[in-house]
Amino acid sequence: MDAIIEWLPEFGRAFLVTLSLLVFAGLGALVIGIIIAAMRISPVASLRVFATGYTELFRNIPLTLILFFCAFVLPYLDVDLDYYTLALIGLTAYTSPFVAEAIRSGINGVPVGQAEAARSIGLGFGQVLSLIVMPQAIRMVIPPLINVFIALTKNTSVAGAFFVVEIFNVARTAANARGDEVVPILLFAALLYLVITVPLGFIAGRIEKKVAVLR
Amino acid sequence: MTSVLYDAPGPRAKRRSVLISIIGAVLIVGGLISLIWTLGQPRVSANGSIQPGMWDPSRWDIFLDVQVWRFLGQGVLATLQMFAVAAVLAIIIGILFSFGRAAARQWIRTPVTVILEFFRGMPVLLMMLFILLVFATGAFWAGVWALAVYNGAIIGEALRAGIQSLPKGQREAGLSIGLTPLATRFRIEFPQAFRQMLPIILAQLVVLLKDTALAYIVGYPELLRNATTFLANFYGNRYFFSLFFVALGIYLVMNLTLSWIARFVARRTGPKLGKTTGPASHVPGIDGTRAITLPRTDADTGLDQTGL
Repeated sequence: MDAIIEWLPEFGRAFLVTLSLLVFAGLGALVIGIIIAAMRISPVASLRVFATGYTELFRNIPLTLILFFCAFVLPYLDVDLDYYTLALIGLTAYTSPFVAEAIRSGINGVPVGQAEAARSIGLGFGQVLSLIVMPQAIRMVIPPLINVFIALTKNTSVAGAFFVVEIFNVARTAANARGDEVVPILLFAALLYLVITVPLGFIAGRIEKKVAVLR
Repeated sequence: MTSVLYDAPGPRAKRRSVLISIIGAVLIVGGLISLIWTLGQPRVSANGSIQPGMWDPSRWDIFLDVQVWRFLGQGVLATLQMFAVAAVLAIIIGILFSFGRAAARQWIRTPVTVILEFFRGMPVLLMMLFILLVFATGAFWAGVWALAVYNGAIIGEALRAGIQSLPKGQREAGLSIGLTPLATRFRIEFPQAFRQMLPIILAQLVVLLKDTALAYIVGYPELLRNATTFLANFYGNRYFFSLFFVALGIYLVMNLTLSWIARFVARRTGPKLGKTTGPASHVPGIDGTRAITLPRTDADTGLDQTGL
């Protein structure tokens, strides 16, 4: 147990780093994801093609390779950033297609009649989307979006392998330094992740129930 | 493409759409070309020596060597081996979890739920490290068990949802013809749940294949490790990027193939999924009404959101 106490300050800082990775990569992925989702249903063909290609590409590359690219290849291309920012870019790029897919599935979940009715009273594409479809889609999309963010929380651990001092990184260092107390150290690290993921899952479940009643 | 979201474009809208398409394409292609050009430039490193550009033949000539491909092939095999073993174990663990989660007795259900939440909420990477350090299994089994337990937990949840979404009559009918509760679960409920959830299970297996790359971090000699550590060390660091991009390409091919198979299966078993979503998904009228719908592409099985 004393190993945990010994490493507690490091774990505290690492927890904040993980949280900030989650918040900033989450916000970035949300913005890019919404744009990609809008492009995917837009009337312009080239935007649709681009969005589909982007989604397919980034969803099928393992996160390890994306962060590897950010940590080793980008610096070579004269991108002069620290590892934290590089990991943030990688996590954002990896998460955004999942956000886009979640939003798009929400849009597809809105009954067809809603859009038909909106168009029949003369609304245009932008109006249909922003006034009728999106407000309904976003409500349905919140639980899957939270699931995406839960996955993102867990994925931040991969950044720890690429020189970002977050929970996984500290846990690995601490476990190497204190070979006699590996189990408590790693369980404590797991607990720190659960502190973030379990409440998020709980909120997702609550919202899901609420929305289910409303529909 | 027609869509309920907008009218069929008239001449003006068509022109505008073509215009935006052309501008977008020019921007994208221009960006790609400038990226390729930048990569191709020779660069001066800190100590003044000039390194050849990314597309210089001296960075790619090792790919003429059969040995390189053989070594990459070994990496692919190691990756696929880990995937295969972990996938089988994950499905077995998933089945066990689903039975524990749907058990009639509280004292089974509660601990299984807690364990499942624990496994689902923690990073696979941390689990790999835990197994590697605590059980000293070696990198391969650490990767396999971590992937199996994590994905097993998710598959178990999917199967439980499948079992619980079945009409109550299925279970009642099984019991009423004299099957024991266990036999009802195995022979009546489970086969239906499994079929219904097959697309989700397959989507999860795609995630599993992607996550085998995490084993790189705990030191398992899989594709990425073989390419960027062993080969790059052996042939010299100037091949580092070419090897990385080749490994990336191989990963893309593997994942896209498996995703494609998963989608193919999902589409074949697709219509059955609609039944579970209840009355909300019911579209009045004949099937033809469904044809007018939002632009749906093949990704649209609604699966890939949870995984990552």
